[in-house]
Amino acid sequence: MGHTDRAPLLRKLFNFHGGVKPNANKQQSAAQPICTLPLSREYVVPLHQSIGGTPQPLVVAGDRVLRGQRIGAADGNVSSAVHAPTSGCVVAIEERLMPHASGLSAPCVVIEADGLDEAAPRENFDWRSASPDAVRDYLRDAGVVGLGGAVFPSHLKLKANNSIGLETLIINGAECEPFITCDDRLMQEKAREVIEGVALMAHLMQAKQTLIGIEDNKPDAIAAMQAAAQTAGQSNISVVAIPTRYPAGGAKQLIRVLTGIEVPHGKRSTDYGVQCFNVGTAFAIRDALENGLSLTTRVVTVTGNVERPGNYWVRIGTPMHELVEHAGIKPGTERWLMGGPMMGIPMPSLDVPVVKATNCILAGSAELFAAPEPEMPCIRCGECAQACPADLQPFEMYWHSRARNFGKAQEYHLFDCIECGCCSYVCPSHIPLVDYYRFAKSEIWAREKDKTAADQARDRYEFRNYRIEREKEEKAARLAAKTAAGRAAIQASQQTVTGDAAPSETADDPKKAMIAAAMQRAQAQKAAAQPQNTEHLTPAQQAEVNDAEARRARARELADQDAQSIGKTSPSADTPNKMAD
Amino acid sequence: MISALLVMAIGAIVLGAALGWASVKFKVEGDPLVDKIDTILPQTQCGQCGFPGCKPYATAIAKGEADINQCPPGGDEGVRKLADLLGREYKPLNAEHGIEKPKSVAFIDEQTCIGCTLCIQACPVDAIVGAAKQMHTIVADLCTGCELCVPPCPADCITMEPIAETVETWKWRYPVFELKPVVTTSVVTTDHPTRAA
Amino acid sequence: MYNAPYLRQNNSVSRVMLKVMLALLPGLAAYVWQFGIGILIQLLIASVVALVCEAAMLRVRNKPISRYLLDGSALVTAWLIALSFPSIGPWWMVALGTAIAIIVAKHLYGGLGQNVFNPAMVAYAVMIVSFPALMSQWPAPHLSGAEQWQLILGNERVLDAISSATPLDALRTGLHSGHGTVSTVTHGHAAFGWLGGQGWEWIILGYAIGGLWLMQQRVITWHIPCALLAGAAAVAGLLWGIDSAHYAAPWFHLASGGIMLGAFFIATDPVSGATTPRGKLIFGAAIGALIVVIRTWGAYPDGVAFAVLLLNICVPLIDMYTQPPVFGHKKD
Repeated sequence: MGHTDRAPLLRKLFNFHGGVKPNANKQQSAAQPICTLPLSREYVVPLHQSIGGTPQPLVVAGDRVLRGQRIGAADGNVSSAVHAPTSGCVVAIEERLMPHASGLSAPCVVIEADGLDEAAPRENFDWRSASPDAVRDYLRDAGVVGLGGAVFPSHLKLKANNSIGLETLIINGAECEPFITCDDRLMQEKAREVIEGVALMAHLMQAKQTLIGIEDNKPDAIAAMQAAAQTAGQSNISVVAIPTRYPAGGAKQLIRVLTGIEVPHGKRSTDYGVQCFNVGTAFAIRDALENGLSLTTRVVTVTGNVERPGNYWVRIGTPMHELVEHAGIKPGTERWLMGGPMMGIPMPSLDVPVVKATNCILAGSAELFAAPEPEMPCIRCGECAQACPADLQPFEMYWHSRARNFGKAQEYHLFDCIECGCCSYVCPSHIPLVDYYRFAKSEIWAREKDKTAADQARDRYEFRNYRIEREKEEKAARLAAKTAAGRAAIQASQQTVTGDAAPSETADDPKKAMIAAAMQRAQAQKAAAQPQNTEHLTPAQQAEVNDAEARRARARELADQDAQSIGKTSPSADTPNKMAD
Repeated sequence: MISALLVMAIGAIVLGAALGWASVKFKVEGDPLVDKIDTILPQTQCGQCGFPGCKPYATAIAKGEADINQCPPGGDEGVRKLADLLGREYKPLNAEHGIEKPKSVAFIDEQTCIGCTLCIQACPVDAIVGAAKQMHTIVADLCTGCELCVPPCPADCITMEPIAETVETWKWRYPVFELKPVVTTSVVTTDHPTRAA
Repeated sequence: MYNAPYLRQNNSVSRVMLKVMLALLPGLAAYVWQFGIGILIQLLIASVVALVCEAAMLRVRNKPISRYLLDGSALVTAWLIALSFPSIGPWWMVALGTAIAIIVAKHLYGGLGQNVFNPAMVAYAVMIVSFPALMSQWPAPHLSGAEQWQLILGNERVLDAISSATPLDALRTGLHSGHGTVSTVTHGHAAFGWLGGQGWEWIILGYAIGGLWLMQQRVITWHIPCALLAGAAAVAGLLWGIDSAHYAAPWFHLASGGIMLGAFFIATDPVSGATTPRGKLIFGAAIGALIVVIRTWGAYPDGVAFAVLLLNICVPLIDMYTQPPVFGHKKD
């Protein structure tokens, strides 16, 4: 026996706090080889399938696409492309129901398959000669994301911390959640390819050692992977059996178990010299780099209350109902979950597509998942704290989340919670603890967003007020400058008219001069406006004229009053300038 | 008796002096209360409260000139937060100032816009772009939904569109459970009768 | 509609409470064996009163009655009251105590999970302050059932012949009289047994066995009982080391009075106790130390109730300052 067999025996494993041991329920599907689902008639490919920006569609309705053709381009670097799962015609780019707890829709590319399954021409890319950045860009455009469920774009993770390098590359084959067997089967059936993918990643990240962690309830997968690692002659890849305990497959927990390192919330694991990928991701990365295949297919476990539990190679975008019909819908199914029973999310309907995050479809019946018993008050028994793998005090977080006291909930490290469900699992009062945390987290996020928006609005509002004020001041300054110029002009003109006779008088009172000038002009205007044919009027006509004159006088009076009430800013202030012109 | 009174009087004078000195010595510059209130207000600058903006309203609340329930965009929760901050009794939103509506953004019908710039002048946060005789448009991300641009528009081309919930902005609801468990019917068949087969 | 996790451990509040009651059985058996059936009558009275009060309060508070009655928390409170009150007290004493515990200490504070103070200990404190004499009359060993029946339910109380001071009481009285030492007081006194009080050693052993089983069942953790006993032993040991003539030995303290019941069943009440591991140690140790302090210098013979209540007040503070470091934030 080679080194890979001895390594797990010699390796010191670490423990993580808490965790639970629910019934694994893997036997139903674990023995079933992965079979390929027949082609669908229609595929619905959501554009947003990874953490990060929503990809921009590259096709329009009516376009013919080929299998593996990019139909959505990554939006920025924190995003990942999406591809056509088969050849066919784009019939629409529209909102379709998402496999998401919200039951809301999001933009999808709907492709009608032509049944030819014609592949797009392979891009010429040799990762061996390409720069690491080019490899990462290639993986981004190949749509490779973490297939463990978090769908974080893999290219962003494939980069070691420059100053400390990568001590340990961890490959997650733990698959700790009950019922799910897709990684187990993949490791058994595609061990060579997975190991090649792992070796490739280890090379890209210059990892000093590579550990593949697999829970010890999967002896076949462990054996297959060990054999493959040995055959491949990868001396620094070790396959390590770890104790079966949920959530040992959580990235942070697995890193802890294998290396003893705890990566705090919000920190990059590469800053601690480790990085963790799922086995499915390793397979997908190899597929992309060696075979030029974009991520258009993945293994999905269909299990629970179905006729034929099993594992399937499923094209991304396959309608979920086709997949479960293939496995056989059984009566008594109350809900369909995407994911396992601990963290899975209920599907709003089966008219949703299989996405990159779909590792398992679980049919839940009353026998499998008993309806929760009525919620009782928290008795602070501390079972949740003992079960929490993040060393939190869940009952305190619950207390404050329930009271919508979100600041306090955050003081108890709400955001360190990985929502694994251990606390709800053990709670003797049957409190849906995780639901409270999910609620509190999304409220806090929403508030933070609102606050940012409010701060921005305040800034913009204050700037606008400042701008208006400034414009007013500038106008006043301009006005003052013009007035001064007007005075100077009058002075000059008076000087030229009167000579040196009375310079002191005009200099003392230029305003008077201005007023006099204005009055002169007004007189002239009045004279011009005076009707000329008033000499020979009948008394009746004269009376009418007088009447009109009186009205005019009244109107002028009113206008004067208005002008006075408006004050200095009244347009009359402009008169001197006009005169000066 | 006299001495007791004297002692009390002197004590009062000394303490009063100390307090007076402290109030001068430790005087807080600015008015943090106004800022604290202003932080709670939604910054829509809509003027529904009867003040020309959020800051003036905050100032009025701090001075005791305005009540805490005059801000419809802040909603019930805003009133609660103000009540908490000021140690006052919560009271429901005053309907005179409007009712709480779902958050909306203004939308200009670009076909009918005549380019009069009146809405641009009305917008308190400069969220409308455009020039005279040119079509205007609203930067949705910056729009606070204050509705101040709606009345000045001579062409009636501005409408308020409620912001739709998306997968990204969707929030988990407050957990509510029936007291007695009821047998739930099949999700698939009830939601999608077409696929019930 | 409910969300993940869809799997749940088979556990419930009723199950936890049932386990606590089961764990009380060894101690109860020893009690009956040593002091007769009086305790069973008290247990019955307390249980009935507790259930009636609980149901009434739930009705007043508009809560689902059957669900909350079946949670067993009222019964646990009732049993703890019966076990901490003298078993030959008049029936109304345990009934009144139970009513106070359920109505005032539990429901007026908000019901299950909300009580700041341990309800049983509130009842004990109220009753010992109100009826110090009655609360200090403990049965002499091997009192007949008929006599106990008469004492509990009869109108007249002929006490001197059959009641007995507890060893703690006897020791206090002896030492406080001024010229006794521990050995002169205990020597030849009927109340004192080979380790603590006559007969009480067995009951305490029973409690300890039940408590250890609770630990094994993960209903309670080791922190509070161990810290409490260690705290008591440390203070008692220190005093005894200084002056063994006037201070009782640590083992005497551990083997008498309500300390074992307190350590495993009362201080471990999760609702009113500390919850963090370090907090539990502080909480337990402080109670233990206070028990010995109150026994030595206090006005009452035993100090479990007052020590527990005092520390109940400190719980929020203790919990706040002993929050365990979360994942990734531990100091190595």
